Amino acid sequence: MSQFRAASGGRIDRATSLRFTFDGRAYTGARGDTLASALLANGVHLVGRSFKYHRPRGIVGAGSDEPNALVALSRDAARVTPNMRATMIELYEGLRAESQNRFPSLAFDLGAVNDLLAPLLPAGFYYKTFKWPASWWKRVYEPLIRAAAGLGRAPTLPDPDRYTARWAHADVLVAGAGPAGIAAALVAAEAGARVFLVDEQSEFGGSLLAEDAATIEGKPARDWLADSLATLAANPRVTLLPRATAFGYFAHNMIGVSERVTDHLADPPPHLPRERLWQVRARRVVLATGALERPLVFPNNDRPGIMLADAARIYLSRYGVVPGKRIVVATACDSAYRAALDLRAAGVTIAAIADLRESPDRALLEQARARDIPVRMQTAVAGTGGGRRVTWARLAPLGGGEAERVACDALLMSGGWTPAVHLFSQSRGALRYDLDAQAYLPHKAAEQELSAGACRGVFGLAEALESGARAGEAAAAAIAATGRAAGRGFAVTGGEHGGGGWLGLAPNGQAGKAFVDFQNDVTAKDIRLAVREGMRSIEHIKRYTTTGMATDQGKTSNMNALGIASAALEATIPEIGHTTFRMPYTPVTFGALAGIARGDLFEPVRRTPIHAWAAERGAVFEDVGQWKRARYFPREREGMREAVARECRAVRQAVGVFDASTLGKIEVVGADAAEFLNRLYVNSWSKLGVGRCRYGILCREDGFVRDDGVVGRLAPDRFHVTTTTGGAAGVLAMMEDYAQTEWPGLDVWLTSTTEQWAVIAVQGPRARDVIAPLVEGLDVSRAAFPHMAVAECVFAGVPARLFRVSFTGELGFEVNVPAGFGRAVWEAIVASGQPHGITPYGTEAMHVLRAEKGYIIVGQDTDGTATPDDAGLGWAVAKAKPDFVGKRSLARAAMRGPDRKQFVGLLTEDPAVVLEEGAQLVADAAAAASVPMALLGHVTSSYFSPILGRSIALAMVKGGRGRIGTRLYVPMPTGTVPVTLCSPIFHDEKGARLDD
Amino acid sequence: MLLIPCPHCGDRPEIEFSYGGEAHVARPADPAALSDEQWADFLYARTNPKGVFAERWRHTNGCGRFFNVVRDTISDFFVAGHKDGEPRA
Repeated sequence: MSQFRAASGGRIDRATSLRFTFDGRAYTGARGDTLASALLANGVHLVGRSFKYHRPRGIVGAGSDEPNALVALSRDAARVTPNMRATMIELYEGLRAESQNRFPSLAFDLGAVNDLLAPLLPAGFYYKTFKWPASWWKRVYEPLIRAAAGLGRAPTLPDPDRYTARWAHADVLVAGAGPAGIAAALVAAEAGARVFLVDEQSEFGGSLLAEDAATIEGKPARDWLADSLATLAANPRVTLLPRATAFGYFAHNMIGVSERVTDHLADPPPHLPRERLWQVRARRVVLATGALERPLVFPNNDRPGIMLADAARIYLSRYGVVPGKRIVVATACDSAYRAALDLRAAGVTIAAIADLRESPDRALLEQARARDIPVRMQTAVAGTGGGRRVTWARLAPLGGGEAERVACDALLMSGGWTPAVHLFSQSRGALRYDLDAQAYLPHKAAEQELSAGACRGVFGLAEALESGARAGEAAAAAIAATGRAAGRGFAVTGGEHGGGGWLGLAPNGQAGKAFVDFQNDVTAKDIRLAVREGMRSIEHIKRYTTTGMATDQGKTSNMNALGIASAALEATIPEIGHTTFRMPYTPVTFGALAGIARGDLFEPVRRTPIHAWAAERGAVFEDVGQWKRARYFPREREGMREAVARECRAVRQAVGVFDASTLGKIEVVGADAAEFLNRLYVNSWSKLGVGRCRYGILCREDGFVRDDGVVGRLAPDRFHVTTTTGGAAGVLAMMEDYAQTEWPGLDVWLTSTTEQWAVIAVQGPRARDVIAPLVEGLDVSRAAFPHMAVAECVFAGVPARLFRVSFTGELGFEVNVPAGFGRAVWEAIVASGQPHGITPYGTEAMHVLRAEKGYIIVGQDTDGTATPDDAGLGWAVAKAKPDFVGKRSLARAAMRGPDRKQFVGLLTEDPAVVLEEGAQLVADAAAAASVPMALLGHVTSSYFSPILGRSIALAMVKGGRGRIGTRLYVPMPTGTVPVTLCSPIFHDEKGARLDD
Repeated sequence: MLLIPCPHCGDRPEIEFSYGGEAHVARPADPAALSDEQWADFLYARTNPKGVFAERWRHTNGCGRFFNVVRDTISDFFVAGHKDGEPRA
């Protein structure tokens, strides 16, 4: 056993020795150790280099508030987690940890030169230093700053671990399983409430885990703890979550809890996730989050070996570890005496207690003196020495007089306790500054919440238990739990807290670097500089100095920073206020937040019934929203351009088949269905006969095109409405809005049928030859079933809705069959089409074919600022209708101006040049060379047309229809491309082919 | 995440809903009778108060119904709720 491990005591299993490495060096610890306690047991204090000055740093605390001891843990190349607090890492066999922010090594770090350059690096130096010359911003300053920024290094490989999410409901959620939290959980559970008890540590108990002397209900505190936890564990209505941090208090009593499931295991079983993100909605929340000990701010208070007094007591009590053999205790608080006395009892020499105060607790003072501990009243630490570990402290009487250098190998400090009001404040509860407690305390709850114990300024074991019991009782009563609970109390001996505390810079602290925020290397001097340079608000001081902005969010530093700002501003702390407490309480991994929503599960994937057929034939797919759509079907050695050219020619010359199943479909039914569509769409529907279709345009109330699609009338009271693939959900929501809230008197019912119908488009001059043999009960001849007809029939033995529509400009049919028959019907069509050379085509050919015909795609050729007339669709607007959604807006003068952007075609001078979609159009070639220039419009669609043997493009151009025949220019990085404006219909302008 | 009182389904988490903007902004019965200014006011002007605000939600991933609730925009707590078409709470 090492010289820093006490011979007995602690909650560790001394029989089980665990091997681990730190910076490649092998050590051993015991089961039950944290990485921090194991390193201390090995006499290792130096664990990292500070952020800015690269000063050697040691372990300061024993819990999640640790500012210094951040290490990187690595299980393998992909499982590297930086910035882990050594105090929260449970030791396991084979653990590998590395220190951070040092080069080439922790002991010898080149970055430490920053410490010597400190006069050049005051608060806000980057605002002052990296300003000139501007040419250096990108090439010199940014790389420099980026190289220096950050602490740990992120792993370079994707995270292979699994993270899951759980949602839960609780009557009472208790955050923090110290004495107050356990008492609250016990009482609420006894009353019959469903209780969640969560705690960030591996073991429940909080301060009880290091409580050696007190008794509760006649038992030693630790025995009472074990019995209470057994009682809770046996209650099926109680959920206990250790290693689970309540990190965020969200609206309406939802608590975010990150549970670390396997980080403490040497060989995590593969069936377990690494972490679970719990979202617990609680009817009542009890916050029992305890208090955090403050460091004292004195010169060179950051050397390794200088730690919080109660942290040292916890290391001794829980892990049987002493931080040194000859210790100086600097305090302004009675609780540090307990640490000194316990360490003395463990055989450690207490070289001195230096107390800033005049009169500490008399009983503690007498106990210290009885054990030969020299206590110096009204004495401050004026400085410390030591390189990689503290070796001396200079103790100076406050009233003047000779300072004395006292040798030591560890220095414990206590500036008193800060209630952890983080979650309370996150919940928007109002804080009040309590002058006696020198602390912000919960004042007015915003949520259904109760704070108990030290986090509301109630210190001492008996007081905490009582406070917790009352909170548990009140929470249970509020949700009308009926069990026995009233008046439950706990008899306690011992566990007194004691008072005292100090905020801000300790006296005699003027010289040297007195650190406030260890993690961001902010000194008392920085905060005073910020005040001198004009910062008044604590929020500005925080941002200027970065105090409290590190990963620990200033848990140990914020109150000291406030104290220093208060002195510098000559204003009281309540006058200054406090900075905002933000979630998360401690860092949460991105993995936990992402959960399973990554990779293939990032969002749902929608596949059509014909997807597998296309995949089997080597189709290349593209994402259209959540849909996977076949983009083209390459044959051997074909690239996209060749495949698309072949598919386009097949449609124009013979017949093609296309999977249009993703098309949005809404069944609009009811006596008032036609009236409903009349009011909604720009078109007129009253006169649309049963068995006929019409191309419909839907505007928003502001008059701009929102969606389009073919609408078929199947019966006087039944319409089959199609929408764009991406617009389906939004159109249905818009329809529901009008149906439910504007025109609730209309008899109309809306049903999404997108997923119910498979849609197969058969397009081309031979289309009728392909489908006719498959149709039963319907005459599909040219005369009987003309363009824009719709009918129900039996198709390939399956009930179908057959549309005669075309998005290619060719004779076309769209076969709608129940989705489950989609593939079978598709295959029947393909078989029937073999003699006619039927060719499956994808979305790319579809785009080219429709562009050749000047058919718009809403959202590509329109952008939410195009009216139907702008898009060349003015003919569809029913001018005689008294009203429809958007009509009033279209009547505004600005919506009819001659300079609006209008939909036109473009032909490049060089037929081989395919324009970039999104490219801008300007009026003259010379202007294109200079900026700024007047932009007249932009290219919305651009393709190479195989049937025309040249490029074509569509564009929105100011006054475009009036410019047809004139020339504009497309300035590109490679040169200016002259284009001629033309009609957007490039092929079969009269539409003769549709009526074949 | 808000807990939203759907009058048809009870309290449900916010992810089940879509926001519907300010309540009681009825589409004018005869838009043609309005001046451009009046129409623009209907289209774009909303009260956006600091405090009590009547707003619409749709229980999109639930019953699909629109309803009105009154929310305090300072605290984010709901003050009252009622089914669409019923009188204001």
